[in-house]
Amino acid sequence: MSVDKSMPILIVDDYKTMLRIISNLLKQLGFSNIDEATDGGAALGKLRERSYGLVISDWNMEPMTGLQLLKEVRADERLKGLPFIMITAESKTENVIAAKQAGGNNYIVKPFNAETLKKKMSSVLGEF
Amino acid sequence: MLATKLAASGLDRRIAELRAARGGSVRLEEVGELVESMIGSLQGDLSPGEIMVQRELGELVDYIRQAHAEIASIHPAEIGSVHIPAATDELDAVVSATAEATDAILDAAEQLSRMAESLPAKQAEALAKITTRIYEASNFQDITGQRITKVVRTLRHIEDRVLALAHSLGEAAPAPVDASNGSAPDDEASLLNGPQLPGRANSQADIDALLESFD
Repeated sequence: MSVDKSMPILIVDDYKTMLRIISNLLKQLGFSNIDEATDGGAALGKLRERSYGLVISDWNMEPMTGLQLLKEVRADERLKGLPFIMITAESKTENVIAAKQAGGNNYIVKPFNAETLKKKMSSVLGEF
Repeated sequence: MLATKLAASGLDRRIAELRAARGGSVRLEEVGELVESMIGSLQGDLSPGEIMVQRELGELVDYIRQAHAEIASIHPAEIGSVHIPAATDELDAVVSATAEATDAILDAAEQLSRMAESLPAKQAEALAKITTRIYEASNFQDITGQRITKVVRTLRHIEDRVLALAHSLGEAAPAPVDASNGSAPDDEASLLNGPQLPGRANSQADIDALLESFD
């Protein structure tokens, strides 16, 4: 099944520069429908208002972290199947395990490159 | 015997008063005064053991006075209230400056991306490769920002401790010490460490291998 590149993608990061970088990389990969949130709480609000095809979220945010957002998503009947990629500078083994146990679909460690982003998105959404 | 003499001197009462007044934080000079009071209470017929205790207490008073003088000479109040805040301000300025510079770089890269839309496919593709490298390289701002934030947090912790030390010397008003600094973090808070130093961090390949081990 081909990936619908017009599907809405929500990127979540408290560094606006990072939102800009991810958004631009996604556009270069052909995705055009990109929405942004600067913390977990704001992201959760957007996820409950609109249907998204993928969430790409940072971990270290306040007041709601990316891990808490992931747990909220997985606990929500309507959102629990939503593909979720964690993208973070937290590279410790226990972080990867915690994200996986919380239901994360994949994990990208910062700094990352476009190839890694594409590879991880392909593993979650299918080849594109 | 020794305990009875100390109790009779009112030392117990003085220690209780200090605990009540200071909540566990007692000035160094007050410790010295207390020890001197203990020495003073050991008068009259003293056993050999008590004489030895008296001599050791005297040495302790000298040690406390010396430590007080040495710590006071480095002006901890000034370090805590002037130098460390200045250092954290400088680091905050580094974060702001790099953020501004990165925004300017991204502005330029986005302009190039827009220009590429009007170019022939081959040239557009070549330009896209260049702008991708710019976007990838701009990752540094997030990583350096997080690293500097970690350093600032550490400096603020040191600032709290140094100001508390200054207070114990009677130099300045006590600065509140963040109680969370010494307490055990909860499970999720312990996962918030920011970027690891090169060599200590898991690479993307390490993380991929770990993720595959779940399958």
